[in-house]
Amino acid sequence: MIEVEKVHFIYPNGIEALNGVSLTIRDGDFVAIMGQNGAGKTTLIKHFNGLLKPTKGVVRVNGVETTKTSVAALARNVGFVFQNPDHQLFSETVEEEIAFALKNFGFDTEVIEKRISWALNLLGLEQYRKTSPFLLSGGERKRVALASVLAWDPQTLVLDEPTIGQDYQQKEKLRQFIVQMQAQGKTVVIVTHDVEFVAECNPRVVLMKDGKIVADGEGRAILTDPEVLAQSSVVLPQITQVFMRLTPLGLPRNVLDVYEAKEILLKHWRRSERK
Amino acid sequence: MAIIETKNLTYIYPGVANPSIKDVSIKVERGEFVLITGPSGCGKTTLCRCFNGLIPHFYQGELKGEITVVGMDPTKYHTHEMAKRVGMVFQNPENQLFALTIEKDVAFGLENLGVPREEIRKRVDWALMQTGIYDLRERSPHEVSGGQQQRVAIAAVLAMKPEIIVLDEPTSFLDPLSAEKIFEVIHELNKKLGITVVLVEHRLDLTARYADHIIIMDEGRVRFDGSPREILSTEETRLIGVGIPKATLLYQLLKKEGIKLGNSTPLSSEELAALLLEVLKSA
Repeated sequence: MIEVEKVHFIYPNGIEALNGVSLTIRDGDFVAIMGQNGAGKTTLIKHFNGLLKPTKGVVRVNGVETTKTSVAALARNVGFVFQNPDHQLFSETVEEEIAFALKNFGFDTEVIEKRISWALNLLGLEQYRKTSPFLLSGGERKRVALASVLAWDPQTLVLDEPTIGQDYQQKEKLRQFIVQMQAQGKTVVIVTHDVEFVAECNPRVVLMKDGKIVADGEGRAILTDPEVLAQSSVVLPQITQVFMRLTPLGLPRNVLDVYEAKEILLKHWRRSERK
Repeated sequence: MAIIETKNLTYIYPGVANPSIKDVSIKVERGEFVLITGPSGCGKTTLCRCFNGLIPHFYQGELKGEITVVGMDPTKYHTHEMAKRVGMVFQNPENQLFALTIEKDVAFGLENLGVPREEIRKRVDWALMQTGIYDLRERSPHEVSGGQQQRVAIAAVLAMKPEIIVLDEPTSFLDPLSAEKIFEVIHELNKKLGITVVLVEHRLDLTARYADHIIIMDEGRVRFDGSPREILSTEETRLIGVGIPKATLLYQLLKKEGIKLGNSTPLSSEELAALLLEVLKSA
């Protein structure tokens, strides 16, 4: 569990990136943090593993204040995948990259080998086991960074912009993977601008603006509310945009998903055919 | 005459066993808005690096086949000569900006080329206007928003008066509203100024509506090459990992169920909504 209580954070240059944020993330939650560039999203998540400590207010991870423990101790529970994989990757091969943290946490060689294979397989990276991460494409490097964190199996996974550079199939895999993590009671927090991805996952959505949380609730309610979204520079998902224009037909406006949309439209069509 | 033409272009990065692009033969006409897409690692970024000579000059490796861009062979010219004709904009604007003020950043390329002072002034102001950031010209590029930074990167390229602008996922780091605005800026440069645009993008939901031409790559090869409506109405595009716009997918699903929606595949929510309103109202 991550508890953020009335947190303010001021960078050394005087910019107040968080301006009184309170948020509780329970075990098993799936939360998408959204909002415009500079709203404080990345600053907020950096508080979850103690990379940043609040200027004012308190952050507790599993009941322990982040100011009273180390980043290394927190990292075992809260795994981070950054926006830019190049800030994270440094090993000569993909395999060594994944092995690095596992060795640091003191896992047995046999366990390490198993975990590496598992993570590579999960993210479709087997063929690159012996390749240098720097010879891979941007999207592939991003997956290596994710694999290296997944391998140590943290309780909470924090992903900053996980869908950048990922194609449709990789995004679908990521979505299925998150569902699987949730089934195991794990916590997943993503920071993203990818409205379509969030619409497909329908998680709890936290919207930020100017260092504050302006909305926090069920994904469907927030993602289909144009006024709430507009203040955070988020646009409606494409399917919702279609339904906003279909109100003359008396159809609901809060539709997110393509398949759900298909059923609603088919029903409407069949009913009008019968008349 | 095509502004970009490749014939059997094949390229291998140094130290890699397999080519990243294989036998790529494409033609881009002057003034087109081309979208290049395909699964992660399909070779789309690699192909774009050939357009201004970054491949082979900077990346080295082995390039085979023929390539002509704005009538020149990029392998035979210096990158700075190609840069005047072919502008590149990358994913993360922060990596491209470094000057103390936005206008200095935009002027940098021109200063390097030894363009006369008066001309620099004119072109910088013009580029700042075109991208809608003239009022920000005296601010530091590092204190403006991500969307504004990306406009600075575009303005810097635009000031060179290129014939082609190549953009590699230029909005991935931007919030959705800023992303929409960037695509509108690019669309205007294409329509108003006739600049040829090559856009590399995964998210067709946001971009398909602007394109005249789509090239889909997979495993280093060109799999589809044609008009967006034609290509996005085929089912195979989805199978190779291309995320077609949700509105287009919904249209396909409804058509399969027998709703008569005509044969012009919609590429945006507006187009699909208009079609549905018409068909379902009269039904």
